Amino acid sequence: MTRHLLSIADLDRDSATGLLDEAQRFEQALTGREVRKLPTLRGRTVMTVFYENSTRTRVSFEVAGKWMSADVINVGASSSSVKKGESLRDTALTLRAAGADALIIRHPASGAARQIARWTNEGGDGPAVINAGDGTHEHPTQALLDALTLRQRLGDIDGARIVIVGDVLHSRVARSNVLLLKMLGAEVVLVAPPTLLPVGVESWGGRAKRGESSLTVSHNLDAELPAADAVMMLRVQAERMNGGFFPSEREYSIRYGLNEKRTQLLAEDAVILHPGPMLRGMEIGFDVADSSRAAVLQQVTNGVHVRMAVLFSLLVGTDAEEVLT
Amino acid sequence: MVEDSTAHGGRVLLDGADVARTIARMAHQIIEKTALDDDAGPRVVVIGIPTRGTTLADRLAANIAEFAGVQIPVGYLDITLYRDDLRDKPHRPLERTAVPQGGIDGALVVLVDDVLYSGRTVRAGLDALRDLGRPAAVQLAVLVDRGHRELPLRADYVGKNIPTSRQEDVQVHLTEHDGLDEVVLR
Repeated sequence: MTRHLLSIADLDRDSATGLLDEAQRFEQALTGREVRKLPTLRGRTVMTVFYENSTRTRVSFEVAGKWMSADVINVGASSSSVKKGESLRDTALTLRAAGADALIIRHPASGAARQIARWTNEGGDGPAVINAGDGTHEHPTQALLDALTLRQRLGDIDGARIVIVGDVLHSRVARSNVLLLKMLGAEVVLVAPPTLLPVGVESWGGRAKRGESSLTVSHNLDAELPAADAVMMLRVQAERMNGGFFPSEREYSIRYGLNEKRTQLLAEDAVILHPGPMLRGMEIGFDVADSSRAAVLQQVTNGVHVRMAVLFSLLVGTDAEEVLT
Repeated sequence: MVEDSTAHGGRVLLDGADVARTIARMAHQIIEKTALDDDAGPRVVVIGIPTRGTTLADRLAANIAEFAGVQIPVGYLDITLYRDDLRDKPHRPLERTAVPQGGIDGALVVLVDDVLYSGRTVRAGLDALRDLGRPAAVQLAVLVDRGHRELPLRADYVGKNIPTSRQEDVQVHLTEHDGLDEVVLR
């Protein structure tokens, strides 16, 4: 059976922790080396199919695949037959027929990756599909790299208080992060203007059971910062907004932006995350992103190792019983 | 010596004292063969292959420090990512990799594993070493050589040769992992 990573819901606490551990191993395996290349995925073909712009995600998947010796092929919507009117299904089946062992999909429609996994695995033996961001739904590898960064900076995620700030409504990063962080035992606080919170957000990741960490919602950033172990700033996704979600950029920035002055409310060792791309001066202050608390570039580096771990777990090994030799 | 292993079952080929003596003898052999205590000798590092090989590498280095008064750098090398059977075997978790202090360029590397069998693990280890740097030479130390090689490889230091059939299984137990030192045939 082909395995996919379409949603954080495909993981449980053990498998998520396992992926983070393996990402750490990949980092260890590659430090201090003359040749940053492993033969692990030799002869495997990995295709990235991006219908939306991306720097970090696409590049880090490509680097991850290449460092493991996979053949990586990048398909961009603007340079492919999509421009001529080919449907998503036909494009996906074409790439399967061309020999893809893994398809890494980014698409503006929520659910696109799952749909592609269904189409390309009809009759079995299709490629592994990895969701690299589908609309406003999920971006599981981003959540994994954020969790790895938090684990490295905080020591443990269990019991940590993580404040996620900004455009939650349009953010697949926020949803995947809430699901994963709750699974790993964190307390999650969402801070956003009421217009940028989706309906029913309180129930993300299931209702809080006794002993399970909670998800709370707030509209007051200043009140949430002092107790935060980490604060994750989200980009305001203007390209997904067709209406007035807030009066002006200036007002948003003043109320929900993490500016220099506001960082003084944070604990000394609190961590600042941003999935990128950052809009400096909007949701994050110009200098805040370069401060020692910020982990933005550490997130990018971790993204490569996390994606190596994901490709490794999806493309290597069988489900057969282990026979020791 | 034939007796039942109290902890794990099977026939005990080496008990705790035998294992300690064997490792000590291998340490002496490494000192002699590499001219480790000679100032003109090469820079020697030991690199263990997880999981039991890393513990053996630590113990060999400790013995060498005791006998020759030389602290040699120890490294660990997980070879999972270099295996030739990755597609046919279930997913296995990665183990710790750590490059020895000072790297391996120009060094005499002693690769350490617990059991030498088909030779495929060692081949993967040689491939992995090539990506870490360029050692002056590579030697192989194993606690047990059980035969049945599938590749043209041999060990430079062998703790004990144990002729086996392919149906048998040789297990090295070490205190750090298994609670006691012994080599068991089952």
